[in-house]
Amino acid sequence: MDNQEAVIALHNVRKQYGSFVAVHEANFSIGRGEFFALLGPSGCGKTTTLKMIAGFEQPTDGQVFLEGVNVSEVPPHKRNVNTVFQQYALFPHMTVFDNVAFGPRSKKIQETEVVRRVTEMLDIVRLGEFANRRPSQLSGGQQQRVALARALVNYPSALLLDEPLAALDLKLREAMQIELKRIQREVGITFVFVTHDQGEALTMSDRIAVMSEGHVEQIGSSADIYSRPESLFVAGFIGSANLLPGTVVSSDGSGIRVDLVGGTQVVVPVGNSASNVSLAAGAQVTVVLRPEHVHFDPQGQVSVSVTDSVYQGSSVRIVGRMENGTEVSAIVGVEPGVRAPLPGETTLMTWHPEIPYLLAGWPEMAGSTSTNVDSIEASL
Amino acid sequence: MLVLAAGIVAVGAEWVTGNASLIVSAVMLVAVVTIIWTAFVGGLDTRRALAPYGLLKPGILWLSLFFLAPLWSMLQMSLSSKQNRFDFFPSFSWEWGNYTTAFSDYGAQFGRSFLYAAIATLFTLLIGYPLAYVIAFRGGKYKAVLLGLVAVPFFTSYLIRTLAWQNLLADSGPVMSVFNATGFTTVLEALGIITNGQIMNTPASVIGGLTYNFLPFMILPIYVSLEKIDVRLVDAAMDLYSSASAAFRRVVLPLSLPGVFAGSLLVFIPAAGDFVNAQFLGSPNTTMIGNVIQDQFLRQLNFPVASAMSFVLMAIITVSVLIYAKIMGTDDLV
Repeated sequence: MDNQEAVIALHNVRKQYGSFVAVHEANFSIGRGEFFALLGPSGCGKTTTLKMIAGFEQPTDGQVFLEGVNVSEVPPHKRNVNTVFQQYALFPHMTVFDNVAFGPRSKKIQETEVVRRVTEMLDIVRLGEFANRRPSQLSGGQQQRVALARALVNYPSALLLDEPLAALDLKLREAMQIELKRIQREVGITFVFVTHDQGEALTMSDRIAVMSEGHVEQIGSSADIYSRPESLFVAGFIGSANLLPGTVVSSDGSGIRVDLVGGTQVVVPVGNSASNVSLAAGAQVTVVLRPEHVHFDPQGQVSVSVTDSVYQGSSVRIVGRMENGTEVSAIVGVEPGVRAPLPGETTLMTWHPEIPYLLAGWPEMAGSTSTNVDSIEASL
Repeated sequence: MLVLAAGIVAVGAEWVTGNASLIVSAVMLVAVVTIIWTAFVGGLDTRRALAPYGLLKPGILWLSLFFLAPLWSMLQMSLSSKQNRFDFFPSFSWEWGNYTTAFSDYGAQFGRSFLYAAIATLFTLLIGYPLAYVIAFRGGKYKAVLLGLVAVPFFTSYLIRTLAWQNLLADSGPVMSVFNATGFTTVLEALGIITNGQIMNTPASVIGGLTYNFLPFMILPIYVSLEKIDVRLVDAAMDLYSSASAAFRRVVLPLSLPGVFAGSLLVFIPAAGDFVNAQFLGSPNTTMIGNVIQDQFLRQLNFPVASAMSFVLMAIITVSVLIYAKIMGTDDLV
C-alpha cells in the first residue's frame, strides 16, 4: 500500500497490559475507500487494535497515523474516525434523528446543515420514516443501521466497525453483509471491520488481516488468504483444512516430493508453498489439502478408513483416518450415480495434482484442525 | 371490588353506624362471595379475567383500611367544629373556617417549610449526585461497601442522630470551635448564616439537619439510575466528538434524571412535613408546618385545624410534585 494513499497506517504498534502483550508490533496501512477486515479468534488483539485506531486505547509503543498525521496521543473526540460499537451503543433517550445528529451537533455545525445531512444519511440507510422513533422501538437490524448512519453522517476518514453483525441472527446477518457493502460503495469511506467470523470477512472485505495471539499473521485478499495461507494458523482458521505433516525428500522442476508421516509420498507443484518454507531435504513441512478438493477414487493414492459421513444437503462431509492415524475430511458433492463411501468402508483418496500446498513446520495436532472441537474451543 | 373498598371506608370512618353498618357489611360479604363463586363456577376464561382482581385484593384491602379510611376521617374532621364548649369531640359541620385559620395564622410556617425543604433538596442533590456518580462509575469492587456506608446512619434512630447534631453544633461544640479558631465565624456572620455567634437555632442548622437526615434518600435512587447506564454510551459520545464534560451533559445527566426526580421527591416530601429538625435544631423563628400540626394535634387538641393544615400541606405537595413532574418530563424518559 502506497503510504501517500493510506488513510490509516500503523507503525510498530504494540499494546501491553502489565506483562500481557495484547498486540505485538502491528505494521500495516489501509487505503482510501478500502473494506479492510481484522479477523481472528477472540482475544487475538483485533479489538484492541481497533480501539487504538479509534483512540480509546493508546499504544504502548509505535505510532498510529491518520491521513498521514501521527494521532497516537490524540483523544477519540479529536480524531476524524467514527466507530460502530458492538451493541450499537445508541443513546436511548434520543430519537433516531437526534442520535444521528449527535456528531454534527458536537461539531457545532449549523442546524440547517445538520438536518440536511441527517436526512440524507437516514435515506442512505433506508430509515427515513423512522426518524422520530426511539432506538428501543426498532429491530436489531434497524438499530444497526442507525449506528451506521450516526457514524457515517460525520464523513469520517474511516469507519471502524467492532463486530457489528454479531448480535443479529443468521438471515439478517447475511442481508446486512450485502447492505454494508452497498453503503460502503455508496459513501466511498474506508471501512475497518473487526470480526471473528471468517465467512463475513471473506465475503465482504477487499483485504483481510488475520490475527492470532496479538500477531498479525497475514494480510491479503480473501482469495490469497484462503488459497495461499502463510502459516498453519491461517490455514486452519480460514475454512477447514487437512494438515498432513511430512518431510521434504527432494525438490526439482517437476515438483517437491514430500514423505508424509506414515509413509505416503505426495508431490507438491513448484510454487505451491508459503514464502517461508525450506525446500531442503529433511525439512519439516505440512501439506495442506482443502476438504472440498479431496475425492474418493479406486485409482486413488492414499488409503482411508471412513469413520463418519455427514449429509449436508448439497454435499456430504466424509471423515476418515489414514493408515498412520491422521484424521482427514473430505467434502463430496451429492450427484446422481456417485456413491459416497459409508462409515466402516476403506477407500482410496485422491486429489488434483495442482492442489497440494506446503507450509513450514508441523501442526501441533496432526489432521484436520477444523474438526477438532478442543482445538477450536481453545482458539475461540 | 369497588363496593368492598367503599364499604371499608364507610365503616372504618364511622360514616355509617349502627344497623346501617351491618347492612354495608352484608353487602360487602355478598360481593366477596359473588367473586369467589363466579371464579368457582366460571370457565377458564372467567377465572383468567378475575385473576387480576384476586391479586389486587390484599393491596386494596390494605390501602382501604390504612389509607383511605383515615384520610376520609381526617377530611371529615377538617370540616368539623365543637358545637358547644363542653364537647370533647368536634362534630361535622362544614366548618370551612378551619382552612382559613390554617392559611391566615400559619402562612409563614407553610412558606418556611417549603423553602427549607426546597433548599435541603437542592443541597442533597449537590452533595448526593457526585457521590452516587463516584460509587456507580469508580466504585469498582468497593461499590457494595460504599453503598453500605451510605445506609449506615440508619442503624441509629432518626431522633438520636438529630440530637447528636445538637452537640456537634452547640456554641462550644466542635463545629463552632473550628469556625471560631479559623475566623470563619465572622465570614458566616457577615453572610447572615450565623447569628450572635451561634449556628444552633438558625435556619442554617435546620436546613443542615434536613440535608443530613435525608441525604441517603437522594443518593440511592440516583445511584440506581447511574448504575444502569451503559458506559459504552460515554465512549460513543466521545467518539462522536464530545469532550468528557459534553458527554456527561448530553448523555449521562439526561439518563440519570429519573433518579434525580425520584430522589428529589423522596427528600422534598418528608422534609416539607418534617418537625424533628426544626424542633431540636431550630428556634421559634424556624418553626415549620410539621411542628404546628404536631402542636395542634397533640398539645392543643385542636383536631379540626390540625386536619385542615394536613390537607393543605398534602395539597400543596401534590400540586408542586405534579408541576415538577411536568417540568422534568419524566414520562418522556426511558
